Amino acid sequence: MGIVEGKFSDNFITSKVDSLVAWARKSALWPMTFGLACCAIEMMASGAARYDFDRFGVIFRATPRQSDVIIVAGTVTHKMGDAIRKVYDQMPEPRWVIAMGNCATCGGPYANYAVMQGVDEIIPVDVYVPGCPPRPESLMWGVMQLQKKIEQEKYIRR
Amino acid sequence: MVGVANVSRIEQQSTVHGTEELVINMGPQHPSTHGVLRVILKLDGETVNDLDCDIGYLHRGTEKIGENITYTMFIPYTDRLDYIAAPSNNLAWVTAVEKFFDWEIPMRAQYIRSMVGELSRIASHLLWLATHALDIGAMTVFLWCFREREMVLDLFETAFGGRLTVNAFRLGGLHEDVPDKFLQLTQEFIDIFPSRIDDYETLLTNNRIWLQRTRDVGIISAEDAMDLGLTGPIIRGSGVSWDLRRAKPYAAYPYLDFVVPVGENGDIYDRYLVRIEELRQSTRIIQQCLEQLPGGPVTCKTPRTIKPPEGEIYHSIENPKGEFGFYIVSDGTTTPYRVRIRPPSFINLGGLKKLCVGQLVADVVAIIGSIDIVLGECDR
Repeated sequence: MGIVEGKFSDNFITSKVDSLVAWARKSALWPMTFGLACCAIEMMASGAARYDFDRFGVIFRATPRQSDVIIVAGTVTHKMGDAIRKVYDQMPEPRWVIAMGNCATCGGPYANYAVMQGVDEIIPVDVYVPGCPPRPESLMWGVMQLQKKIEQEKYIRR
Repeated sequence: MVGVANVSRIEQQSTVHGTEELVINMGPQHPSTHGVLRVILKLDGETVNDLDCDIGYLHRGTEKIGENITYTMFIPYTDRLDYIAAPSNNLAWVTAVEKFFDWEIPMRAQYIRSMVGELSRIASHLLWLATHALDIGAMTVFLWCFREREMVLDLFETAFGGRLTVNAFRLGGLHEDVPDKFLQLTQEFIDIFPSRIDDYETLLTNNRIWLQRTRDVGIISAEDAMDLGLTGPIIRGSGVSWDLRRAKPYAAYPYLDFVVPVGENGDIYDRYLVRIEELRQSTRIIQQCLEQLPGGPVTCKTPRTIKPPEGEIYHSIENPKGEFGFYIVSDGTTTPYRVRIRPPSFINLGGLKKLCVGQLVADVVAIIGSIDIVLGECDR
């Protein structure tokens, strides 16, 4: 930034487009409420008074068209798989996925005929949050990991 | 005469263009179906003509898992059936298995079981109130209810180490005695909780919007409710005083004094009032448990490997949502031959058609909320 240093008046910030876009994207992650099972209750607790997800710019939306990230909270069964894929396809890009809990990560305690062994069999997952169910703090950690990941992404191709 | 002419013209138009039923799909991804319920609605304008439930989106094969693991190992799986009130499910399972044996469960364990069961009832009803009010459009109730629910979860954490899926009880009693801090915090909680219930009531009970959305909506008569096998607050809202804590007492309930609240009209509003009163009664029960809590051991002498004798039993308890039962067939080995779960949500959901037909489509959301279903135990 040596060329533009000191060329402008005060209250003027120089930055890269990459950093600016990443900052904007990571600061307003709107997840879709995709509560499937037990983890959904902890996801609701994360959005409620004590843990207050709004501090991170995380505001739950009920429709895939308005959301950036899908938090798959709970056991993914084979019957549910199609619906998840459909909802994921309806989300506008860029989109991210958080697999919350052991069931969404790898099937958890349910290794049988009905349960998909991890949601990553049908959609690409960015962050895995372990726990059965994870505490709201863990989900917060997961969202912060995702924010770090978004920070490092490059948008401008040279 | 002008009016008559208009009416006849509209009738004429409707026969020319024709009207037909509109089929609307609600769920499985819908914020107000409380999980992954799918409802297929057939509408005439805004009136519900018919509806069909599609369940099984959360079928996890829990009953089959139960056939392959030991009786003790199944306790954590029961947590994940009705995950909103996990200790109640533990209680149903352990009391069902204990029915095979003639163990003398220590009174301290029985009282703690009742107390934790009532705490889980409070947690469940708070979550129901939060989401039900949110569905109808009241945001503040959601935040207030979760504030108190966090306090209950803190109590679970103090006693058992887990927030939601606590794995609270063991066959023959408890895993270990609860810490003194748990009793102290419980006392502090129930000291402030009745005033918080009053707070919720100031928001809703006489609220005009709440009354218009809930009163005379989703009515079910006592006969119909009994015919459909509905249990829990939904049948008590219709005026039937049926509570397994009173009818078939278990744990420490024979020694506890409480009132079984009943409604009159069987509409959503009465179910709301019943649950609010149950919150108060739960607080009373916990207070009595704390006062009467005896000392002594918390577990009886149990064999190292649990092998029930050959035979079958059915045992059910009053979960926050209704009668929650286990039917177990034992073949004398360490694993059950068959585990059948009697989930209240599944059977209460059977009443949805009866409740919804003839109502407006906007009321379907309120009715589903008032049944208070959890798909984890519905689909098993």
